[in-house]
Amino acid sequence: MTNFTRADRSVVGLWWWTVDRWTLATVGALMFMGAILVLAASPAVATRIGLDSFHMVRQHYVMLPVAFAVVVGVSMLSPKQVRRLGVLLFLLFLGLTSLTLVYGTEIKGATRWISVGPFSLQPSEFLKPTFAIFAAWMFSLKMSEQRVPGNLIAILAFALVVSVLLRQPDLGMTAVITATWFAQFFVAGLPFIWVILFAGLGVAGLVGSYFMFYHVRERVDQFLKGTGDSYQIDRALEAFQNGGLYGRGPGEGSVKMVLPDAHSDFIFAVAGEEFGLIVCLLLVACFAFIVLRALSRMVSEHNMFVLLGVTGLATGFGLQAVINMASSLHLMPTKGMTLPFISYGGSSIIAIALGVGMLLALTRKRFPGSLDT
Amino acid sequence: MTRRPAPDLVAQRPQPVINPMTLEMEPDGPRKRALEVSHSRVLLGASLFAVVFLVIAARLVAITVLPDGADSAAVAPVKTKTADRADIVDRNGVVLATSLTTASLYANPRQVQNPDEAAQLLNSVLPDLNIASTAAKLDTDRGFIWLKRDLTPRQQLAVNRLGLPGIYFQAESKRVYPQGNLTAHLVGFTDVDSRGLAGVERSFDDLLQSGDRPLQLSIDVRVQHILHEELNRAIVDFNGIGGAGIIIDLKSGEVLAMISLPDFDPARPGEAIEDARFDRATLGLYEMGSVFKIFNTAIALDSGTVTLADGFDATKPIRIGGHSINDYKGKHRFLTIPEIFTYSSNIGSAKMADLFGAEVQQAYLKRFGLMDKSPIELSEVGEPFYPSPKNWKRINTMTVSYGHGISINAMQLITAVGAVVNDGILREPTLLKRNLGELPEGTRVVSRQTSEQLRQLMRLVVQIGTGKKANAPGYLVGGKTGTADKQKGRGYAANTRLASFVAAFPMNDPRFAILAMVDEPKPNASSHGYATAGWVTAPVVGAVVQRIAPLYGLKPLPDDALEAQNPLVGMVADYDSPSAKKAQSALKQAVAPAPIPFGAAAAPTPLNVSAQPISIPEAPLEAE
Repeated sequence: MTNFTRADRSVVGLWWWTVDRWTLATVGALMFMGAILVLAASPAVATRIGLDSFHMVRQHYVMLPVAFAVVVGVSMLSPKQVRRLGVLLFLLFLGLTSLTLVYGTEIKGATRWISVGPFSLQPSEFLKPTFAIFAAWMFSLKMSEQRVPGNLIAILAFALVVSVLLRQPDLGMTAVITATWFAQFFVAGLPFIWVILFAGLGVAGLVGSYFMFYHVRERVDQFLKGTGDSYQIDRALEAFQNGGLYGRGPGEGSVKMVLPDAHSDFIFAVAGEEFGLIVCLLLVACFAFIVLRALSRMVSEHNMFVLLGVTGLATGFGLQAVINMASSLHLMPTKGMTLPFISYGGSSIIAIALGVGMLLALTRKRFPGSLDT
Repeated sequence: MTRRPAPDLVAQRPQPVINPMTLEMEPDGPRKRALEVSHSRVLLGASLFAVVFLVIAARLVAITVLPDGADSAAVAPVKTKTADRADIVDRNGVVLATSLTTASLYANPRQVQNPDEAAQLLNSVLPDLNIASTAAKLDTDRGFIWLKRDLTPRQQLAVNRLGLPGIYFQAESKRVYPQGNLTAHLVGFTDVDSRGLAGVERSFDDLLQSGDRPLQLSIDVRVQHILHEELNRAIVDFNGIGGAGIIIDLKSGEVLAMISLPDFDPARPGEAIEDARFDRATLGLYEMGSVFKIFNTAIALDSGTVTLADGFDATKPIRIGGHSINDYKGKHRFLTIPEIFTYSSNIGSAKMADLFGAEVQQAYLKRFGLMDKSPIELSEVGEPFYPSPKNWKRINTMTVSYGHGISINAMQLITAVGAVVNDGILREPTLLKRNLGELPEGTRVVSRQTSEQLRQLMRLVVQIGTGKKANAPGYLVGGKTGTADKQKGRGYAANTRLASFVAAFPMNDPRFAILAMVDEPKPNASSHGYATAGWVTAPVVGAVVQRIAPLYGLKPLPDDALEAQNPLVGMVADYDSPSAKKAQSALKQAVAPAPIPFGAAAAPTPLNVSAQPISIPEAPLEAE
């Protein structure tokens, strides 16, 4: 490990001394816990849907090293390279997401996936981090000397992204991307009158989706009034109670037998039942650590693009974790969303790795002139 | 390993490097202010995230560690009503239905480790649990499944000793009927979840589920028992397929007893055959036969169509619409109204009805409550069945006069007869105890005079007519027999009958009305080949009266008491039976100062039946 001396100016050597190793270690810890939890939760689900019981475990274990490699590889980029990569991928995946509307595979009533041979890809997952980079760039242009209408481009791009996502429809992704974009705009210095206006529009959007989409109304009603089918959330809460402080032990849980999405949306409940409260609190702490550490570092960041990029990436990552955990704990209406690095998720784990890799790249220690390296 | 950058690198930082491409220079002016805004807003965002993560952590702790941190209702496996269903008691507080707490066995299959082994072990202590189906039940993903309801304490102990995980007991309430078969149809029964399925259990289900006070019925379980015993004896003696009996208190309209036979064990209603669960007292509809002559005569007298002194020619059968109306053991002569009633003449009754006509008949029957559903508080009540007014032809009027062509239930019959004898006041029958202060006013259906005359006519039937076996010395029983041929398919079957006797006592001031019905009695040796109401059900009433009168403090009157004298005895002409002679001699001996109702022997003018013959338009009747 310590083969690199501080005088080592090679790419790897420089990376090792400048990257946020605490965050990197936390990401590694999350991936490790995810590996164990997918091992615990997915065989039951795989058996139930007629797959080989270790099918998902194998897929996940193939994805994990790739994801870690993506994190490390992307984190070696300079901010400028991050910007270029992000913008390029944003355009690519925006195109692919639009393609899902035409060629998509319909799963559970929505067309979000593109199948290429044996692989299926949900391009909108990649939109989340890459759009954050694109938006950060546009918002930061205002600060530069160049006379580019960055805000306007960001607003138009946002409108385009949202219109595509709502066509799928993917309300969860729309909400997260909207919140992320709004957080960036807010940090970029959006005047307060506009903040209130946009916040009002956001609330109107939420209320509107309640009335426009039956499944949204059903879930919100279930949460607020306790009406309708509460089977999944009841079992999830039961799982946390069964687990207690130390859990029932790996493999000893039963909630995975009954919850259809035990390996993804409700993996937190599996963690609660089999590994207990302490491990769950540790998971919360890991997510909180990554998000809060990244954001708090931005308080002294002078580079507007870096500041906004990190804000967007950390917000997107944190929101996804928060929505997943809060859903499992019945703190909000259930919204299907994977727990980053923990849930089985196929291509989504690569998308998350891309985002975290960019986050690490942007939070690396930089010194005057280092933007070009 | 330290995170601090090397000193030589740190030293570069303060140097003001002017490089427009990097944006890394120390900001100043408006840019500096903009950055400050951004920094404070990032801090705000970070704080928001911190709060959210804290809330999640707190919620985790609350759900997991604190008791009832989660909404306990949301995670409870099943909610079973544990509050006890209210008791049902009779008018004297005797328990007819109550709830006991028992244990029921259920499983949480998700916690059962080895379904096959668990099923085998359970079968070893509960042999009626099928191993295969129990194992299948335990091998599911469900969180709650009943295995067996209502275990004995011994069984509960045996199951506990097995020490099986995932097997639990739920305290449940079980309905118990201490009177067993005696009140089966009346009280009814519940399902395993204590929801009323029949009888009072069903019709008062909401009240019983919410009520903490016992539901007090009008039933007197002693009277119920007496009626049950006597009626059952008649059914056995005459090999009937079933029967029904009702006793009501005429002063209040309360039902004191209500029996339907055959009956069943309300603890195991599922094992009873369907005929046993059928309530002949309220659900069964019957053509009641000659007991309808009570109504027919009352209508004729009350409407002023005839007086007791009138009469009709009953020498020949009436032929109408290809049918012939004839008398059973007819006298083939001119009959007075009392004779028509006492000898139960169909010809006389039909001619009486023909005289007042269909409209008057229907109006009175409606007043008697025979055209509408009985208001008794049960769900098992049959609605009367009769021709629509459009199809109610002349022949219907005639057959209805002696109880054919209209089907009603037993409760309607006794309610209406009770109204006729109870000074003409109809009180709706009830199964609930009525307190003295809350007796219903009732509605008048016939005049007091008509009621008085009908009481005397009914007394006459028991004194010298077809109902002599209903007599209970001193209790002035009056009644009317009805032996109706039962309809089988499109016609009437000669040898399947419904034998009923409807009575009231004491006739000078009636307190109780009694109905006894036996379905399809067969003649036996002691009845000399008869299976008529006079032989089958009249004795039931006589025996019941003698047994229940003392319970209610009614004292028998001596034969020569003034109130016991029936002024109509002398109006029955050529009656030469010993009982008639006895009644007539008692009448002569009694000193009778006028005017008194019952025993008003001196009051009526001497009988002169031929003085005012009513001319019946004979021609149309014969024309058919």
